Amino acid sequence: MSAAAPANTPAPTPAAATTAASDGLGDHARRWWADVRAGDLGSLPIFIGLIIIAIVFQSQNDRFLTAGNFVNLIVQSAAFIAIGMGIVFVLLLGEIDLSVGYVSGVAGSLTALLLLPDGADVPAIVAIAAALVAGAAIGTLHGVLITKVGIPSFVVTLAGLIAWNGVVLLLIADRGTIVLQDDLVVGFSNDFLSDATAWIVALVAVAVYAGLLLNERRVRSAASLPTGPTSLTALRIVAFAVLLLAVVGIANQDRGIPFVLVVLAVLFLGWTFVLNRTRFGRHVYAVGGSAEAARRAGIDVDRVKIAVFAICSMMAALGGIILASRLRSVDPGAGGGQILLYSIAAAVIGGTSLFGGRGNVKSAVLGALVIASIDNGLGLLGLSSGTKFVVTGLVLLAAVTVDSVSRKGRAQSGRA
Amino acid sequence: MNAAPSLPGHGSGGGGLPPVLELKGVSKSFGAVQALYQVDFRVAPGQVMALVGDNGAGKSTLIKCVAGIHPISDGEIFFDGQPVSISGPKDAGRLGIEVVYQDLALADNLDVVQNMFLGREELSSLRRMNETSMEKQATDTLASLSVTTIRSVRQTVAGLSGGQRQSVAVAKAVMWNSKVVILDEPTAALGVAQTRQVLDLVRRLGEQGLAVVIVSHNLHDVFEVADSVTVLRLGQNVAEYRVADVTQTQIVEAITAGQLTKVPGQADAEVVTA
Repeated sequence: MSAAAPANTPAPTPAAATTAASDGLGDHARRWWADVRAGDLGSLPIFIGLIIIAIVFQSQNDRFLTAGNFVNLIVQSAAFIAIGMGIVFVLLLGEIDLSVGYVSGVAGSLTALLLLPDGADVPAIVAIAAALVAGAAIGTLHGVLITKVGIPSFVVTLAGLIAWNGVVLLLIADRGTIVLQDDLVVGFSNDFLSDATAWIVALVAVAVYAGLLLNERRVRSAASLPTGPTSLTALRIVAFAVLLLAVVGIANQDRGIPFVLVVLAVLFLGWTFVLNRTRFGRHVYAVGGSAEAARRAGIDVDRVKIAVFAICSMMAALGGIILASRLRSVDPGAGGGQILLYSIAAAVIGGTSLFGGRGNVKSAVLGALVIASIDNGLGLLGLSSGTKFVVTGLVLLAAVTVDSVSRKGRAQSGRA
Repeated sequence: MNAAPSLPGHGSGGGGLPPVLELKGVSKSFGAVQALYQVDFRVAPGQVMALVGDNGAGKSTLIKCVAGIHPISDGEIFFDGQPVSISGPKDAGRLGIEVVYQDLALADNLDVVQNMFLGREELSSLRRMNETSMEKQATDTLASLSVTTIRSVRQTVAGLSGGQRQSVAVAKAVMWNSKVVILDEPTAALGVAQTRQVLDLVRRLGEQGLAVVIVSHNLHDVFEVADSVTVLRLGQNVAEYRVADVTQTQIVEAITAGQLTKVPGQADAEVVTA
């Protein structure tokens, strides 16, 4: 920016130059608690929920908190995490995608068909790429119908739910179950990092995380912007290190870190970067917060929406491949069952608002962990599917209630 | 963009300068409804021009035409003396025309910095947004406008008071080398103290050499900040006064009974001065 306009000339008034002086950890904790009481709960309910789930199931069955079950949990929640990440984008716009289940089924079927030794028999990487591209194309179609034709997303994706189920049947109904034989695809969910590799990856990740936080502090203080207390930065790095090393340590007692966790970690970092650090991500939040404000700011709202639906369906396609990999096969029921509702529930339970504009990729991960834990724990107790669904439904209801109640809290304290 | 004309001294009222924005014979119809009919309008650098009129007089339509939200049906728009066509908000932004809307057009879930740079985020390497630079500029702009009541530029707009939100919206508008800032009913929803804050801000914009258009129902506000006033009635420009030469009563008369010089459907009726 040039300094041509007088309005631009920075007048270094001390009042605004130091909006918030660096203060101690105690002040931060108090401010955080004030936010929580005002209805800005963040990830707090979900952490409490996970602890309650762990205590309840462990007291009923001491196999729940074992290393083996921990690894199972990661593998079981992987597909919901992947699909949930896509759902987060759609929910951020205040829209919904009901078609993700069968879109994942289409992608799984497509991958299996392309890998058939007596059929196309293409390299695995090509099959996966084809399935992802198909997913993105499906999402683009949904997005165009929603924005350019003006049909509500609920209706478009409800039609998608039915139609893509049909496509799954058209693709593989006559073949019945297709067994996956490709090592790479099956290896997604069934191969593990060696113990040493896992430790090295974890340590590198901690070092990179620490480097990023410290660099941000350096840049901000160089520009004389408030940085927050040093102790908070240290606490964050330590917490991250403890969490990551604990995950690796526990998993290594059993089979190790599943390969799919590495894939999910990369996606998590990638999408978090996109949402928080890129223009596109900012525009997703803006459109979800106020589409009219976004339009007046010159943002192409339709393009953002189409891209988001494309991302959602592409992540659904990836989820379909992960699921097929875990089951080592694809059958005509692919994409059905609980996939759709568990994925949406994961995003919502994790704290992404159904009303748009609030949420993050992390919520899909945490929410999917909750859902998979309940599913897994009730399974260990030998309870029927009926009980599982009732409990999962109640948890979803509880999560949405927390969202609605905290919205009311925010409205009362002027933060709606 | 053209070279900026030399900026006037403080409080000159912009009387002698050529207009930076000028509309000639601008008409706008929505189907059968004639919202604007052959409106002439101009504003000069350093001038605070009030745009007044009754409900439905066409004030909002006029500013939306200038902002590129509605394409005009007929007439010409000149910017710095050059004819221009404004076919979208981006065109208006490129010329240096910024509008602060009545409903503010801020996204509640974004913070102050994010709102001020919405749609024009600065990028650094790896297509990342340059948060540090944006935060610094936002802080500096707020400081230059003497907006000191905002605790942190990283709090969401949802938590701000009406006056603070209006200040953010105005700061957002002046940050872009703007030459013309249009404010739509900036004090409509504000209390007494906050109205004062915003009117002071408006006056500072004029003193800094910007052309300011303020749409208002409140004649008290108009007399407090404006140099000149344009009166719209039923989509037509019925009068233009210097605030120093006019009384509130005269303006109210123009708003309610100003003579319509041009009647839609009758081609170029005789022009009578109001």
